[in-house]
Amino acid sequence: MLLPFFQWLESLWLGQFIVSSNWLFPVIESVHLLALAVLGGSVLIVDMRLIGLGLRDRAVGEIARDARPWMKGALVMMIATGIPLFLSEPTKCYYSQAFWVKMWALLFALIYTFTIRTRVTRNQGIAHTEAMVRKTARLQMLVGALSIALWFTVAASGRWIGFS
Amino acid sequence: MSLLAFCEWLAATNGSIALHESLYMYPLVESIHVLALCLFVGLAVILDLRLLGKVLRGVPVSQVADKLLPWTISGFIVMVITGVLLFYAIPVRTYQSVWFRAKVIFLILAGLNVFIFHSGIYKRVTGWDMDARTPWPARRAAIASLILWGAIIVAGRFIAYNWFDCDIQPQSAFVNWFAGCVVAPLQ
Repeated sequence: MLLPFFQWLESLWLGQFIVSSNWLFPVIESVHLLALAVLGGSVLIVDMRLIGLGLRDRAVGEIARDARPWMKGALVMMIATGIPLFLSEPTKCYYSQAFWVKMWALLFALIYTFTIRTRVTRNQGIAHTEAMVRKTARLQMLVGALSIALWFTVAASGRWIGFS
Repeated sequence: MSLLAFCEWLAATNGSIALHESLYMYPLVESIHVLALCLFVGLAVILDLRLLGKVLRGVPVSQVADKLLPWTISGFIVMVITGVLLFYAIPVRTYQSVWFRAKVIFLILAGLNVFIFHSGIYKRVTGWDMDARTPWPARRAAIASLILWGAIIVAGRFIAYNWFDCDIQPQSAFVNWFAGCVVAPLQ
């Protein structure tokens, strides 16, 4: 059902313009990769802290607050470059399993990041008991690990689109 | 033995051929190479941005460096191992790639930048550890680092494209010289 839509997308001016150029696809792809590095750094630094690695001496809230604008900026860049990359080969993407894995993982990762993960990194409720401290640490570790797993799936399947 | 001859010998080894022709190993190695970028360049960028006062302004620079460096170094080791394997799979073409050669030059410059930073201004970090905006030599190192690693990513990605490959002639004299192409003289 989606195939005619994807074929129509392929006929659009932007995609055709990218295909007609030798350079455009690789250049956009490079910007996509540069943004990946920034996204990776700004996501990892928070997830690592949630798991109990990296900047362990700082509050989760502080790191998350500082990293957030960079994560959002990198996400905007990823999407702004990802859409033209997709528009240059929608039919190929339609038949690529990796593409669909990436899109579903991306959907989950975005929803997860801006709901559960944001809540957990913002909630800095004061733990009164030893048990509460341990419980919070366990929850944070789980949230951080799931975030890494989701974004890893997005990145790995994204790279795999190019191999299929 | 010239480097080109060495690469030709390398290309004929069983391991190189196996990796080059493998259905899954090569893409797998390349994927690890790209994903390790998040760990290595991603965390290096965080330190650079801290030096520029753009992130974690309330965290001492030495704390950011100490806590993240082991991870950055781990990421770098993964990058180097997978990078060497990628070269090993396609030695001759890579050796004669203008992008690979540019990447090696940028890598050397990036290494120099790290050395200058750590043997210079960073030795006196206690004097500016809490500064949101760090001294110019530190900011200079951060800017150089961002530009160089960015250039390394782009050059690395471009190795995959064959615009300037030696077997696609004619190329400009500069490309043939920089890529070390062995071009038959015109009749």
